[in-house]
Amino acid sequence: MYTEKVMEHFKHPRHLKEMKDPDAVGTVGNPTCGDMMHVYIKVGKKDGKEIIEDISVQTFGCVAAISTSDVVCDLAKGKTMEDAKKISKEDIIKELGTLPHQKIHCSVLAQDGLNKAIEKYENKNK
Amino acid sequence: MKCYLDNGATTKVDQEVVKAMLPYMEETYGNASSLHKFGQDAKATLEESRETIAKAIKAQPEEIIFTSGGTESDNLALKGIAFANKDKGRHIITTKIEHHAVTKTCKFLENDGFKVTYLDVDKEGFIDLDQLKKAITKETILVSVIHANNEVGTIQDIEKIGKICKDHNIYFHTDAVQSFTKTIIDVEKQNITLASLSAHKIHGPKGIGALYIKKGTKIKKIMDGGSQENKLRAGTENIPGIVGFAKAVEIANQENFKNMQMLRDYFIEKVEKEIPETNLNGSKKQRLCNNINITFKYIEGEALLIKLDDKGIAVSTGSACSSKELRPSHVLIAMGIPPSVAHGSIRFTLSKYTTKEELDYTINYLKEAVKELRDMSPLWRK
Repeated sequence: MYTEKVMEHFKHPRHLKEMKDPDAVGTVGNPTCGDMMHVYIKVGKKDGKEIIEDISVQTFGCVAAISTSDVVCDLAKGKTMEDAKKISKEDIIKELGTLPHQKIHCSVLAQDGLNKAIEKYENKNK
Repeated sequence: MKCYLDNGATTKVDQEVVKAMLPYMEETYGNASSLHKFGQDAKATLEESRETIAKAIKAQPEEIIFTSGGTESDNLALKGIAFANKDKGRHIITTKIEHHAVTKTCKFLENDGFKVTYLDVDKEGFIDLDQLKKAITKETILVSVIHANNEVGTIQDIEKIGKICKDHNIYFHTDAVQSFTKTIIDVEKQNITLASLSAHKIHGPKGIGALYIKKGTKIKKIMDGGSQENKLRAGTENIPGIVGFAKAVEIANQENFKNMQMLRDYFIEKVEKEIPETNLNGSKKQRLCNNINITFKYIEGEALLIKLDDKGIAVSTGSACSSKELRPSHVLIAMGIPPSVAHGSIRFTLSKYTTKEELDYTINYLKEAVKELRDMSPLWRK
């Protein structure tokens, strides 16, 4: 059902943990639907631009929800805020090979969470 | 280690069953409808097998119709009764915790102009007999209640349900696929008009089941073709399957069930003691001897299932994320369990082959997997 890459991220996630003192947290989903995520970011500076210095996610959800959460962190870490906002569902799925059709709509939430975290950070620092 | 704890889905075929079936593929392979010896030998075995199954539920052999399994039996029971009795009335009563073979057949009948009442269940999964009585109208032709629920193992009081139906002169069908051989089915005493049975849940082969139909019941066939099975089920009889089914019934043994029940209670107690924030779904007392259904709060069932699978442990879940429809189990929801909790439910179903060592191994990894997933979950507060 799941590709090896999905299973690899599910079994050995590197970013699925709470972050102490994040600069912003993006919350998406709800437990009733079966998926909920908290995306934590820490913002740094590189060449005068703000970047995602560190990112982690806490996920309540299925295998697909957990592995896509981990992939979003891989993709976003070190990117400028502008580039991080451009990460799409397609990018995530491409990274994993593929996902079962019925999972695409509901479980690829992490990039929404990331966008929310960025938005919160930017509103806070306007 | 490999632990198969999904015996509610299907079971390993017993060696004795396999042995019994083989000659009916290689030697006695005749068509039971044929007049020659090949056919008549097959016919004789067919009738012997019918007798074995009839005896197990205190029925007469001619009251047993072989089908392709539980789903077909449910379809034949519901559609067959509905179509044959629609002049009398167009109302059917069932429950909110039926197997899809019943629920979806009811939906089909609703689209065909029948009215269906879906009875509520309490938090342990029991129907309310007063609600059943009140739901009965002059139009009611059939009551269909699952004997032991496939997800949470709750065993309904079918004797009382049967009595109510008898008093109101209404047909009573029960889906007994999970309960057959594991708990007493006595069609006379329990006033059952129709009962769906299946072989592959009791260490028999897949693709074979039966429907008990009480003598004198007005029922219509749902498939056109030959005159097999008292003209109620067209198609050449699956003799190897039927022989295997009968053998599985013959060797079903009360001792095995006692043992499963002991292991079941051992597992439940140990999980409740060693893993915090868990919930047993269903009834503690009126429960199928091999069913364990537990919610592990703050995590999602499919993720837990896959983690266990990685260790060779096979279970199932009522989580929406494991179903194509992405809805949590209708059974758990009907029992009043909030969707957020239903997502974390896991069903462990034992068999006569299950050992204590397997359960200890399972609990060991269960603890680990639950902890790992909770550590990842935003809902879990340490």
